[in-house]
Amino acid sequence: MPKSLISINDFSKEDILHILSVAREMEANKTQRLLEGKVVACLFFEPSTRTRLSFETAAKRLGAKVIGFSDVTNTSISKGETLKDTIKMVSNYVDIIVMRHPLEGAARYASEVCDLPVVNAGDGANQHPSQTLLDLYTILQTQGRLDKVTINMVGDLKYGRTVHSLLQAMSHFDPTFIFTAPDALRMPAEYKTFLQKRGIPYTETDSLSEHLCDCDILYMTRVQQERFSDPMEYERFKDVYRLEKSMLTGVRENMKILHPLPRVGEIAEDVDNTPYAYYFKQAENGMYVRMSIIACLLGYK
Amino acid sequence: MSERNTQLKVSAIKDGTVLDHIPAGRLFQVVDILDLSHCSNPVTIGVNLESKSQGRKGIIKIADRFFEDEELSRIALAAPEATVNIIKDYQVVSKKKIELPAEVVGIAKCSNPMCVTNNQDVPTRFTTVVEGEKVKLLCHYCEKTTEEFVPLRH
Ligand SMILES: [Zn+2]
Repeated sequence: MPKSLISINDFSKEDILHILSVAREMEANKTQRLLEGKVVACLFFEPSTRTRLSFETAAKRLGAKVIGFSDVTNTSISKGETLKDTIKMVSNYVDIIVMRHPLEGAARYASEVCDLPVVNAGDGANQHPSQTLLDLYTILQTQGRLDKVTINMVGDLKYGRTVHSLLQAMSHFDPTFIFTAPDALRMPAEYKTFLQKRGIPYTETDSLSEHLCDCDILYMTRVQQERFSDPMEYERFKDVYRLEKSMLTGVRENMKILHPLPRVGEIAEDVDNTPYAYYFKQAENGMYVRMSIIACLLGYK
Repeated sequence: MSERNTQLKVSAIKDGTVLDHIPAGRLFQVVDILDLSHCSNPVTIGVNLESKSQGRKGIIKIADRFFEDEELSRIALAAPEATVNIIKDYQVVSKKKIELPAEVVGIAKCSNPMCVTNNQDVPTRFTTVVEGEKVKLLCHYCEKTTEEFVPLRH
């Protein structure tokens, strides 16, 4: 297994399956004092309450102490300290660094300037590998398998990093993809080329209703304002798809709806009580997967 | 007619380097990469010359200058098919093909403005990806592809 978790592409199929199997042990036994006496740094150079709480809880459930910051106001970084200096300083105090940073490639760079394992908790629009691993864990949990699953990805497929990473990670498992997106937010050509080279089938549509009944996983995403440079473009697309309970008649029995959360208006609240809604359980799974990531990178599993 | 004579027709140099078989459209990129507009040596540039293998090619002759391999590998980013002739006393004493490096460190600029290399003091690092006759650069940090080579300004 690589020293750090920076990009899902660094992890082989075996590495991924190992993380998922340890996550299952964590879910079965939610408090394990594996990391008693260890210190985990959670450095959030850009705020993200959900991801930070999930990592901090994961570390604490393993018995570790947590230090860090949740945004950079009133820190030495706001006074102009370089990323390298912050990482070098913190690495003297802790055993592993979890970091989120607005610059793409920041986590990779951090992993090169210190000897500790680094977990990338999001580097701008680039990677968010713990999200990808929890998505895989959830697909495995709901379908009983990762192989030969049909995934319908919906929403912003152009800028959405979670769908890009999930697509790359799923390529190990012989999937079929459906891409549901408005014309301006379609899956970029480089990812379609990636699939073609591997002989992985996909279809594209701009209609949400078209493929609801022929997928195992409906992966909904939010159109993220911060990825648009033009606010007018964002206004045009933010409400492009809205999934409602009435649209779910005739879907596969095993079909589950996932969403990286937070949702804005993509999934109506009346969907929450259907047997297909799984996004809250998916968020919970994030904690077990992050427990697994931290334990595995520190060599405890 | 021998190749030597063809070259002499453009303009012979006594000692120096001749870069040949540059695709005509990339000639000025190579001029930029080697920063030849700030070069005080005599430089002869030929563009849109006929070439049996390439259609139209470009050629650059730089008198009294011999490049390091690292400098030459930069040319590969714009013109991987170019050849380098080392001239001593009007004779080609060695001829080499430019090797496209698998990795390019500290030479090219990442086209992604949000890349850590454009915002912190981090040397750029790319792996080269050949697509047809184009060379693309895959950033080691932000994982984005830079389509057009832009030299890093030091
Ligand atoms: Zn980059």
